[in-house]
Amino acid sequence: MAEVAHAPEPQAEAPAAMTVSDEVAIDISGMNKWYGEFHVLKNIDLTINKGERIVVCGPSGSGKSTLIRCVNALEKFQKGSITVDGIPLTSDIKKIDEIRRDVGMVFQHFNLFPHLTILENCTLAPIWVKKMPKKEAEEVAMKYLTRVKIPEQAAKYPGQLSGGQQQRVAIARALCMNPNVMLFDEPTTALDPEMIKEVLDVMVDLAQTGMTMICVTHEMGFARQVANRVVFMDQGQIVEQNAPEPFFTNPQHERTKLFLSQILAH
Amino acid sequence: MAATNAHNVAFVADTQYPDAPPPASEVGVLGWLKENLFSSWGNAALTVLSIAFLAYILPGFIDWAVMKSVWNASSLAECREIIAARHGEGATGACWAVVNERFNQLMYGFYPDELRWRPNIAFLLLVAALAPVLFQTMRPLAYAMAGLLGLQIIAFAYKTYTGAEYAIINPTLIATIAIGVAALVFQHQRGKWFYLTFAYPVIAYFILWGGVFLEPVETSKFGGFLLTMVIGVTGIAASLPIGILLALGRASNLPILKIICTTFIEFIRGVPLITLLFVASTLLNYFMPPGTNFDIVARVLIMVTLFASAYMAEVIRGGLAALPKGQYEAADTLGLTYWQGMRLIILPQALKISIPGIVNTFIGLFKDTTLVVVIGLLDPLGLTNPIRSDSAWNGIIWELYGFIALMFFIFCWGMSRYSQHLEVRLRAGDRR
Repeated sequence: MAEVAHAPEPQAEAPAAMTVSDEVAIDISGMNKWYGEFHVLKNIDLTINKGERIVVCGPSGSGKSTLIRCVNALEKFQKGSITVDGIPLTSDIKKIDEIRRDVGMVFQHFNLFPHLTILENCTLAPIWVKKMPKKEAEEVAMKYLTRVKIPEQAAKYPGQLSGGQQQRVAIARALCMNPNVMLFDEPTTALDPEMIKEVLDVMVDLAQTGMTMICVTHEMGFARQVANRVVFMDQGQIVEQNAPEPFFTNPQHERTKLFLSQILAH
Repeated sequence: MAATNAHNVAFVADTQYPDAPPPASEVGVLGWLKENLFSSWGNAALTVLSIAFLAYILPGFIDWAVMKSVWNASSLAECREIIAARHGEGATGACWAVVNERFNQLMYGFYPDELRWRPNIAFLLLVAALAPVLFQTMRPLAYAMAGLLGLQIIAFAYKTYTGAEYAIINPTLIATIAIGVAALVFQHQRGKWFYLTFAYPVIAYFILWGGVFLEPVETSKFGGFLLTMVIGVTGIAASLPIGILLALGRASNLPILKIICTTFIEFIRGVPLITLLFVASTLLNYFMPPGTNFDIVARVLIMVTLFASAYMAEVIRGGLAALPKGQYEAADTLGLTYWQGMRLIILPQALKISIPGIVNTFIGLFKDTTLVVVIGLLDPLGLTNPIRSDSAWNGIIWELYGFIALMFFIFCWGMSRYSQHLEVRLRAGDRR
């Protein structure tokens, strides 16, 4: 499988910035979600500290995307609680907007705004949500576009860029709001194999700055390189979580073993 | 070349083929003819048939409408005499004299003669108010005014030639020149022109209905294309924003708002426009305190606008539904409020998708204005009856209806062409 081909070498030592604080960034406790009668998420308990990088994996339909979409209220949950940076997530639209300003999200299908240029995509939210002056917003946007290595595309429209470039713009767009937490919902699944690496490189780079990240991904090389913890979900519940090394080399649960054997078998 | 047997042995390319031009028969005029007119035997047969049909129809039509037509006569009988005298007994030709003689009536209805410069100026200002909405600079407005100036000079020359009174210096001419010069001087201050656009409804009301220092004109005097424009333009301008709000309401998560909007849309859409017009003209009086005199044209405007809004809402709902869910989610995750997300992200894209449907509704609305004839308002079609029952023009059909059809066609075709131009302009750059 493609993932294995570009799995980076596990690093001997994490850079200094990748240390984890003991402040809590996201706290999910006893969270349950139903779609009608269907119980999608069951008793999810997960605490993520500032600077932690969590990789969530699991078979399709296991509820992993739904889980991170609950964190910024794209999906409602019916039971339990979620607290983001000390703000409890309720149905209060003010609280939701406050959390969303604090949490950046990157989607599987990029979801760039096709009618706006790359630069406008990046400056829109800072200008309208943070009331930042246009010039300043453009400077910030160019800073992040440089960081994801595509400043020269700023005047183009999303449709003129490759998938990998679009996804890097999406990451820059989220970073322009200066979030404390970044959510990645299968950021490389919709990409051609030769573009996966450029996106993962940007994500690794981001992890090294100490950003709190939750990534739903099957990029096991990425998980080994940057994750503090790997969370394995199946049928709506967290089945196993562990540091990457023991998780990959010595999985405990039968379903984890089966899953790993399937995705690493090629 | 190395490629000859590449399909059955191991092969490595040893040359890079240079780019070559396409065969001559595929490009230029020949290529276009071949591809569009003679691409197959069926297509070629259709081409030949179409040319034969045009060759059969056109000479006779041009002979009738242009060669043997009469522009100056005071009755249909006189027309026929002139044609018989010029082209011999039994010749037929168009009697455009009816349009010539009744032109002012067809344009203004019974709007007082000496005040007709007011509808003229209202129309000129309408063009000026639309220009910033339709175009990026004001240069097209200058061209439009130059064209209208040309028309006035031709009209003056013609009138003088036929010996009629026509003052070349009149308010319409002055306004045309003033707007044209303003368009040239301020052609790059598009933003400033929007003030005129926003003020236009008030200005137009004041100019057409009168008041303050302008002599008031009753709406019973409104008629002809003036009435068509008043109803059509108001309906078009008001139905788009109302339609957007209704569509957003119907797509909303708030159940009560959703029910109200859906009920409104379905009810208005489920009733013929004529019914609503009858309600406007008769039933509405029963619901109002006795003695209130609510202007009939204003009542019609409200009904036509509501009717068009319901259709507009459904067209725009289609555009909203066509957007991927990811666009809504991306707007949400960036922390944009509902109205910011709608205004900056969702509506620009949804409206762009809906352009063909929106313009379709505009065109339909513009032509539906002719239905006001059933409640006794005299739009151009309503005027055909009094004209045709005048003993002078008794028996005239083609020329009168043909002229009205041509006028409607010019406006509707203009809207259609503009929408196609807009689609191309908006498509630039952002392909998904």
